[in-house]
Amino acid sequence: MREFFFNLTWLIPIFPLLAFAIIILFTQKNQKLSHSISIGAMSLSWLIGWGVAFSAFATPHLGEHPFRLIAPWFPTGATTFNIGIWVDPLMAVTLFMVTFVCLMIFIYSIGYMGYGTEEVDPNYSRFFGYIALFACGMLGLVVSENLLTLFISWEIMGLCSYLLIGFWFQKNYPDPNKITPRQAGLKAFLVTKVGDLFLLLGILYLYNQAGSLSYADTLFNQEFLHQLAHTPALPIFGGWSAASAIAALMFGGTVGKSAQFPLHVWLPDAMEGPTPVSALIHAATMVSAGVYLVARIFPLLNVVLEVDHHNPAMSLIAFIGAFTAIFSSIIAIAQNDIKGVLAFSTISQLGYMIAALGVGAYVAGAFHLITHAFFKALLFMGSGSVIIGCHHEQDMMELGGLKNKMPRTFWTFVAGGFALSGFPIITAGFWSKDEILAHAWHEFMHQGVVSWPFFVWLLLTIAAFLTAFYTARQISLTFLGKPRSHHAEHAHETPNTMTIPLMLLAFFAITLGFVGIPEEIVGHGNNWFHHFVGHEYPATPLSIPVMLLSASLAVGGLGLGWLVYGRKPLAHGEMDPLERGMQRIKLGWLYEAMRNKFYFDELYHATFIQGSLKLAEVFYKIDNRWIIDPIVNLAGRVGVALAEFSSFLDSRFVDGAVNGTGKVVTILSRLNRIFDIRVVNALVDLVGKSTQYAGGKLRSIQTGRVQNYLMVALVTVLMALGLYLIYLS
Amino acid sequence: MALSLYWYLIVAAALFCIGLYGVLSRRNAIGILMGIELMLNAVNINLVAFWRYLTPSVLTGQVFAIFAFTVAAAEAAVGLALVIAIYRSRDTVIVEDVDLMKW
Amino acid sequence: MMVQTIVFIILSLVTLGAAIAVVTTKNLFHSALYLILSFVGVAGFYILLEAPFLAAVQILVYVGAIAVLIVFAIMLTRRLMAKDLVQRNAQWGWSALGAGLLFAVLGVVLVRVNWPVVEAAIPEDTITILGKELMGVYVVPFEVASVLLLVALVGSIIIAREKE
Repeated sequence: MREFFFNLTWLIPIFPLLAFAIIILFTQKNQKLSHSISIGAMSLSWLIGWGVAFSAFATPHLGEHPFRLIAPWFPTGATTFNIGIWVDPLMAVTLFMVTFVCLMIFIYSIGYMGYGTEEVDPNYSRFFGYIALFACGMLGLVVSENLLTLFISWEIMGLCSYLLIGFWFQKNYPDPNKITPRQAGLKAFLVTKVGDLFLLLGILYLYNQAGSLSYADTLFNQEFLHQLAHTPALPIFGGWSAASAIAALMFGGTVGKSAQFPLHVWLPDAMEGPTPVSALIHAATMVSAGVYLVARIFPLLNVVLEVDHHNPAMSLIAFIGAFTAIFSSIIAIAQNDIKGVLAFSTISQLGYMIAALGVGAYVAGAFHLITHAFFKALLFMGSGSVIIGCHHEQDMMELGGLKNKMPRTFWTFVAGGFALSGFPIITAGFWSKDEILAHAWHEFMHQGVVSWPFFVWLLLTIAAFLTAFYTARQISLTFLGKPRSHHAEHAHETPNTMTIPLMLLAFFAITLGFVGIPEEIVGHGNNWFHHFVGHEYPATPLSIPVMLLSASLAVGGLGLGWLVYGRKPLAHGEMDPLERGMQRIKLGWLYEAMRNKFYFDELYHATFIQGSLKLAEVFYKIDNRWIIDPIVNLAGRVGVALAEFSSFLDSRFVDGAVNGTGKVVTILSRLNRIFDIRVVNALVDLVGKSTQYAGGKLRSIQTGRVQNYLMVALVTVLMALGLYLIYLS
Repeated sequence: MALSLYWYLIVAAALFCIGLYGVLSRRNAIGILMGIELMLNAVNINLVAFWRYLTPSVLTGQVFAIFAFTVAAAEAAVGLALVIAIYRSRDTVIVEDVDLMKW
Repeated sequence: MMVQTIVFIILSLVTLGAAIAVVTTKNLFHSALYLILSFVGVAGFYILLEAPFLAAVQILVYVGAIAVLIVFAIMLTRRLMAKDLVQRNAQWGWSALGAGLLFAVLGVVLVRVNWPVVEAAIPEDTITILGKELMGVYVVPFEVASVLLLVALVGSIIIAREKE
């Protein structure tokens, strides 16, 4: 039975891919058929996925002996590149999460995209095609056996995120500064591409060192890993080992995909996409892919730690993660868009996972990856339910009082929110977040107060408090008090296709934590998650002070949030109490900065975007002003000089002829005037004309004739071959 | 073997360059296509010559030549169909008149 | 030995001479006929290289199919074959220079390389081996090639069809 499911693993990404092809090619006209195909394919993937996952859970020693199934793909010189699947504990738990959450989101999309109502999206079928392709990318990434197929899946997801974020591409806003879905899709695509380039470089570097990209030959080959840890990297990396350098380069891909500082700017704008997309891409799967990648290459990081007892790449990763966590949770406090808060909370939680992997807490990072996917998907879908229930009102200042109008949404949202803030004992988020904090604490106790893990721990702890605070703020503003607008007044509960996935996810958001309770509490060998995923890494020792601290921070943050926003509900148009308070102590500017996301969009716009435009202008000028203009000017000057010289001769001649009388001066001046008009003016005109002429000539390079272009290509080839010949001799 | 590999390569290179000249200098789209066919033939001579002289026991060179035949056939069919389509819509097959991509 | 050399020289002259005629003749129809001659010359090279199967395919595919296709296309657009029409474009001089230079560079590179020539007889019954290779190791490219042909077939029909 076990082998049976393992052998079927390769089918998991195939079903959604087929669904995509069928929907896009044939069934676009029929909405019901399209969503049935999409959900049917995802259900099949889910069934096999859970079959594989549970078979893996039941397989003893899967960590030491991962299941591997490969087939030759294409020959690369003397060796053959294989394509295949890989089943190991990390893959199994991720597969468990991805297949289920994807299926829930697919079902939810029926309601959200308005099936059966008059508000149904005109591109309804295409939406289901795109999300199926997206699921294919994510599942392919999870099951792949080598980094090349991982990268391909990664890029499929990149494409889908562009298509899905910009799904409402025709939408325009009256405010020209508000980003449109089309621009948001483009932004997400371009910003993540920056990271992807680093990932590709890392993969190439690894291939250069190993001659293979298969997990078995590289990441799970201890001999090779040790060799890599002893190889010095290219000089550009300072004194790092090749293993650190490769890991750091690949981490660049994660920074883009998982929206870590400084490439986090795309994720908040990605909220322009439909909400199921936000749940799918920006909570459960695509951003998790970045974390999954770091967990995948964790052996590469760990080996350096074993050899050197210190890994600069890991410090970098931990810092970026911790900084992202605190930075974005501060921003989240001041956001008024219901999805905006969740966007920044996602960035911050991803920062947690990254930081966890950076301090060496492999198991804790993976654990938080799984639990977070469930509760964040739940929260996003809950907010989507609110948006649909309140007729597309997203501003929390305009909501309020939805508790009784949308009870299912409310209670599931509370479950998700409590899990997010780490409400003690009964939520999944508590156990996973606590483990991360405990590990950071343990590292810093190990290395002393002034060491870097101390800062990581401190930042993460503060972020945990802020998380609880903004969650309480969000719940209070959205659901408690009285409706603050007409839309909220007339809110209604959403259809079952939306609320049932919410309830199923809420179940996991509460219970999933119980598989990873520290051994000190449940007894030796009962921490199932650690035992299954990371038994080769030492368990995080339980620390009672940390656990008490994180529990009290969660409760305290939630309580404080309730005190500020929930106890005395806001009236319509009232200022945010926090803003008022901060203005009172002269910190209004800080709140403003938080609301504007610390002006990073503006900063990037002023530097990178304007910079590229400026650069383009400079190149244009170099071409035009420094090469063409000088030539023209030179010609003009020579002409003027010649003319002056000849006029000088002329005047001498005239002078001599009239024998130097007083009239000479008059004549001369007249001549001069004529000369001015006839010659100097003409020359000045000539300068302008010749510039125009040169421009016209240059423009004519673009003839539109293929043969001219081919000629240019031939000349280029000839030059390259010529250089090669010179190089040879 | 009496003949050296070099001779075949030189002949193939010459055929390639003649074809290239045709592609670059013909005004008639069909003439250009004929140049392309010459270039493809030159490539095939190379493939077969390399097979004969370098790896006579493995038939990869011949296999690739067969694939090149296939591609050439497909290319000729589509190319000539395009010529006919252009002729029909614009009443010319002079490529200089087909310059929609001009700035 | 001498015979081979003489045959080679004759084939080269025929093939290259015909090729030059293809790209320079004013009358496109004559061009196409020279093209056929050139193709036949290339088939001769294949025989000289002990690849008779390829020679047969060359005759069938190039002479039989492609050349005929080209002649068809010329006939269909024959209004353009008027004698006074200039067949060279403005950049033909540069093209000739470029192509000549490329030939020179290629020649230098080719001659300088020391090719690892293997003095071995070819296996007997190459056609059988070729068939087995095509249906074995190269079966996927083989099938893809057949799909390509099908797509080209359908595509050309669609492109060249009269718009209704």
